[in-house]
Amino acid sequence: MKPTKRDYSLLGRDAAAAVERGLASAAWYHTDVPRKTMKELMQRRDGPAMRDTAIWLGAMAVLAAGVIWLWPSAWAIPPLLAYGVLYGSASDSRWHECGHGTAFKTRWMNDVVYHIASFMIMRNPVEWRWSHARHHTDTIIVGRDPEIVAMRPPDLARILLNLFGIVDAWVAMKAMVLNVLGILTEEEKSFIPESEQPKVIRVARVWLAIYAATVALALLLGSILPLMLVGLPRLYGAWHHVMTGVLQHAGLAENVLDHRLNSRTVYMNPISRFIYWNMNYHVEHHMFPMVPYHALPQLHELIRHDLPAADTGIWQAYRAAWPALKRQLRHEDWFIKRELPATAKPYRPEFYGDVEPVMGAAA
Amino acid sequence: MSDWVDACAIDDIEEEDLIRFDHGGRTFAIYRSADDAFFCTDGLCTHEQVHLADGLVMDHIIECPKHNGQFDYRTGKALRAPVCEDLATHPVKVENGRVLVRIG
Ligand code: FES
Repeated sequence: MKPTKRDYSLLGRDAAAAVERGLASAAWYHTDVPRKTMKELMQRRDGPAMRDTAIWLGAMAVLAAGVIWLWPSAWAIPPLLAYGVLYGSASDSRWHECGHGTAFKTRWMNDVVYHIASFMIMRNPVEWRWSHARHHTDTIIVGRDPEIVAMRPPDLARILLNLFGIVDAWVAMKAMVLNVLGILTEEEKSFIPESEQPKVIRVARVWLAIYAATVALALLLGSILPLMLVGLPRLYGAWHHVMTGVLQHAGLAENVLDHRLNSRTVYMNPISRFIYWNMNYHVEHHMFPMVPYHALPQLHELIRHDLPAADTGIWQAYRAAWPALKRQLRHEDWFIKRELPATAKPYRPEFYGDVEPVMGAAA
Repeated sequence: MSDWVDACAIDDIEEEDLIRFDHGGRTFAIYRSADDAFFCTDGLCTHEQVHLADGLVMDHIIECPKHNGQFDYRTGKALRAPVCEDLATHPVKVENGRVLVRIG
């Protein structure tokens, strides 16, 4: 591997440095919101997620039926592509919200959807609960956050391949096979408590059984169709969640304790917001992870005076983020420092870590 | 040896809510349930030592504001990952409109 100035591994040099510098499990900046208002925003409801889940899984069933009916003609391609996005991208946000336990009020509903979505997105539901907890504790802290998508210098080839799920699915399959054999890597062991580790292995074995049954059915039918509906949609339907997910933090600051500096809120069209379950309000989500997805637009209205201006669309956000990523290929210390409006509380030096932003043309 | 400590007035806590209470270099959380009973637990989440006072009370559950771990605040039992370790609880009584906590 090419040596870089940053060491993103969870057991490496920068992991130890982050702890030493007080960046691990630190206190983060929060916009002031009165307790009463926050309590209202945090309230859980079943209604919105039941409706959205019925639309999501209902649409998948209808599209799958259409694909089976039209297969193998070219007419099967449009419903297949739509099915793929619901499988390989909408599952990302369902995994995420139900993992937080905020999507539904009723616990078992969160858990059921969490497990279905985890299977589709190929993230072991036990393992990823822990990795995502770390992502929230130490968001974009080098050596601490296991979910940094655009490291510096950014691996653009990896991001592009992941538009078709190629690297992620490969890594997930390798991990699944190891877990099936009862093996956890040292990194996995570093953030999954020992008491939870047998559950990781159990889930991997159930998944392997499902994939084996799907392959057996494909062989029996002499058709790839079963795999086009189970497993492969994680590849051909991944593009939407990568497109939206990259925007969450890419090109922004690392090693800071203020989500306004390392996260990005982007206004999106209603279809993308349905697929993404409002995670386009990403600064808001990180600042207040207890607020359910359906209340994030309200939260945004409430605190936007204290946040950098939201990007006005996916395209517009990429017009800033893409040049920043390209620039980081050559200057990995460079990042976009998001400007605050006059109404916001200024960034506090103690939230910067030790990296002062280097301002530049693309900011 | 443990003493009853005057923590707050009953009206300092809204129904289905909690407040933070610091005493003797320690921090606690005091809860008022929807049926007007009072409870006390340690104030910091057992996962990563975050103050539970910013969390959400739902029925008899306190949800931690950091990673949405959940405890039953009556018994301290950890209910939802990422919390695995139970929360310590402390006896509470109400006298003359005041909430008293026995801190061991
Ligand atoms: S700090 Fe409470 S759940 Fe993580």
